[in-house]
Amino acid sequence: MKRTEIYGLMAEFTDPGSVVAAARRVREAGYRNVDAFSPYPIEELSEALEFHKSKLPLLVLIGGAAGLVGGYGLQYWTSVIDYPLNIGGRPFHSWVSFIPVTFEITILLAALAAVLGMLALNGLPEPYHPVFNVERFALASKDRFFICIEATDPKFDHDETWRFLVSLGPRFVSDVEH
Amino acid sequence: MSSDLHSDQARAAREAELRDREVPVVEPGHDFASVTEKISALVLTRKTPRFWWVGFAFGFLLLQLLFVAIANLLFRGIGVWGPNVPVGWGMDIINFVWWIGIGHAGTLISAILLLLRQDWRTSINRFAEAMTLFAVACALFYPIFHTGRPWLSFYWLFPYPNTMGVWPNFRSPLIWDVFAVSTYATVSALFWYVGLIPDFATLRDRARSKKFAVVYGMLAMGWRGSAKHWHNYETAYLLLAGLATPLVISVHTVVSFDFAVGIIPGWHATIFPPYFVAGAIYAGFAMVLTLSIPLRKFYGLEDFITMRHLENMAKVMLATGLIVAYGYMMESFMAWYSANPYEKFMIVNRMTGPYAHMYWALIVCNVIAPNTLWIKSLRTNVPYLFFMSLVVSVGMWLERYVIIVTSLHRDFLPSSWGMYSGTFYDWSAFIGTIGLFITLLFLFIRFLPVISIFEMRTLLPAAEIPDEAVPAPRPGETHP
Repeated sequence: MKRTEIYGLMAEFTDPGSVVAAARRVREAGYRNVDAFSPYPIEELSEALEFHKSKLPLLVLIGGAAGLVGGYGLQYWTSVIDYPLNIGGRPFHSWVSFIPVTFEITILLAALAAVLGMLALNGLPEPYHPVFNVERFALASKDRFFICIEATDPKFDHDETWRFLVSLGPRFVSDVEH
Repeated sequence: MSSDLHSDQARAAREAELRDREVPVVEPGHDFASVTEKISALVLTRKTPRFWWVGFAFGFLLLQLLFVAIANLLFRGIGVWGPNVPVGWGMDIINFVWWIGIGHAGTLISAILLLLRQDWRTSINRFAEAMTLFAVACALFYPIFHTGRPWLSFYWLFPYPNTMGVWPNFRSPLIWDVFAVSTYATVSALFWYVGLIPDFATLRDRARSKKFAVVYGMLAMGWRGSAKHWHNYETAYLLLAGLATPLVISVHTVVSFDFAVGIIPGWHATIFPPYFVAGAIYAGFAMVLTLSIPLRKFYGLEDFITMRHLENMAKVMLATGLIVAYGYMMESFMAWYSANPYEKFMIVNRMTGPYAHMYWALIVCNVIAPNTLWIKSLRTNVPYLFFMSLVVSVGMWLERYVIIVTSLHRDFLPSSWGMYSGTFYDWSAFIGTIGLFITLLFLFIRFLPVISIFEMRTLLPAAEIPDEAVPAPRPGETHP
C-alpha cells in the first residue's frame, strides 16, 4: 500500500438518518475505501456502504463441523480402539451415550469460531488506529456518527474530497493524521 | 431522610400509575448522550455509594466461610461433609443443581429472548449474564471439591493423554456433565465478553483517569464502532445466541441425566429433562428479580428497568412454575400408574416420611405461592415480587433436596436405610458460595456497566432511520 500524507478525511454527523444518507451519497460519488463509525450497530449503514456478506457464518459452520467429527471421533477412538472397557456389558461403540458430549463439543467449537472469527475478520485486537487521532472521534462511542474517506481511495483528492464532504452537511470535517 | 421518603412516595405513585398502561422499555426523554452518561457514570464518576460498601463487605464476609470450608475439606478429607451410604449425594449436588439452574435465566434472557426479538431483554441481559457466570462458578465448586483431591481428578474428567494411558468413561452421565457445564461456562463467558466490547470502548473514551482508560482500552481491543466491524459483530452475536439456545437446554437436560439414567426410584423418570429445564428457568428468573429490584432502586435505574420488565419476569416465573407443578403431579401419577411398589413407596415416603415437612414446604413455595402472580396488582407490586422471588429460590432449593435425599435415604432393603443432614461444613460451603456470588456481583456492578449501553441506544426513538435516508433496493435484490 502506498504511503499517503494523511490517513483520510473524516466528517461528523449528529443523527443516524443523516449519516446513512451521507454514506449513500459517498458511495454514489464513486468512493470505495470508505468506512463509517457509529455508537451502535446500524444495519442501514452497512447496506448503504454495500459491504459484502460476512464470511463469519461459514467459519462457524466449519467450527461446528470440526467439533462434531472431532468430538465423536475422540470418543470412538478412546472407547473402541485405544482403551476398550467393558462397562456393564455395553458395546464398546455405544453411540447413543456418545451423543451428549459430541453435541457439547460441536457447540463449543462453533462458539469459539464465532468469537475468534469475528475478532479476526475485524482485525482486532488493534491497539493503534489513525482515526483515534481525531479528537472528536471519542464521541463515536457516545452519540456521534462519522464517515471516513481514506486517502488510499483512487478518487481521493484532499481539497475536492473535503468540499464534497462539506456538501453532505456534516457538523465537522477534519483531517485524519497517520 | 425526608427527601428520600418523599421520592419513595412519588415513585410509588408513579409505579401505581404505570400499572394501568402499557409501560415502555425505556422511559421517555432519553437520548444517546443521556443513556451513555447515566450508565457509564455508575462505573466512572459516581462516588461509590455506601450501600455498595455494605453489600460488598457482607458478601466478602460470607466468602471467608467458603475458605474455611475448603481448607478443612482439603486438610481432613471428604468425610467432613454429610453424605454417606445410603445417601451418597447430599448438599454438594443439591447446591450444584441449584446454582447451575439459577444460571439458566441469564442465557435465556440474552439468547432466547434475543432470537424472539423481545426488546425488553436489553436492559436486563447484561447483569443476567453476569449472574449466569457467577452462578456457574459457584456451581462448579461442588463437583470439583466433591472429588476430594481435585488436582488428581483431571485425568478421569478430561480426555488428555496421561501417563496411565487411560481415558474418561464417555458412557457416564457424570462425564457428560463435565462437558456440558464447562462448555456452558465457556460460551456464557464469551457471550458476555462479546457483548461488553463496545461498552468497554465507551468507558475507555469516557474514563477520567489514565489508569482506567488503559484497562478499559485493553479490554475494548481497539474497538472503534466501524460499520465493517458492526457488520461482523452483529452476525457473531446472533450466531452465538443461536448456539447458546440449544446449549442452555442441553445443560440442565444433562444435569437431569445424572439422575434419570440411574435406576433409583424417584430419579429414573423420562420427565426429568423438561421438568429440570423449566425448574432452572423458574429459579433463574426468581434470582434475576431478587437482584434487579434492589439494583434499580439503589442505583436509580427505574427509567431503564421499568415495571414492564418486572411484570414480564413475573409472568415467566408463573409460567415455568406451572410447568414445574405439572412435573410434580406427573411424578406422583407415574408412581401410582407404574404399579411399581418401589416407586409407589418412594412417593408415599416423600409425602409422609421423615422428610415430609420439606416436601410440603416445597409444594407451598413452588406450586401454591406463585399462583398469586395471576393477580395483576400483586404482579406489579415491587416488594411483593421481591418476596416471591425469595420464596421461589427457597422452594427450588427444597426441590433438589427432596429429589436427592428422599430418593436415596430409603434403599431397596430396609437394613440399609439411613438419614442425611448437612454438617457444619456442608452449610458453610453453601453459605460461602452465596458469599462468592455476592462478592462477584458487587465487583461487577462497581467496575462494569450493569446495562448494555450500546443496545440501549438502539431502543431510543432517536435511533429510528427516516425512510428517505435508506437506499432503495435495486431490482432483483432482496433485503433480509
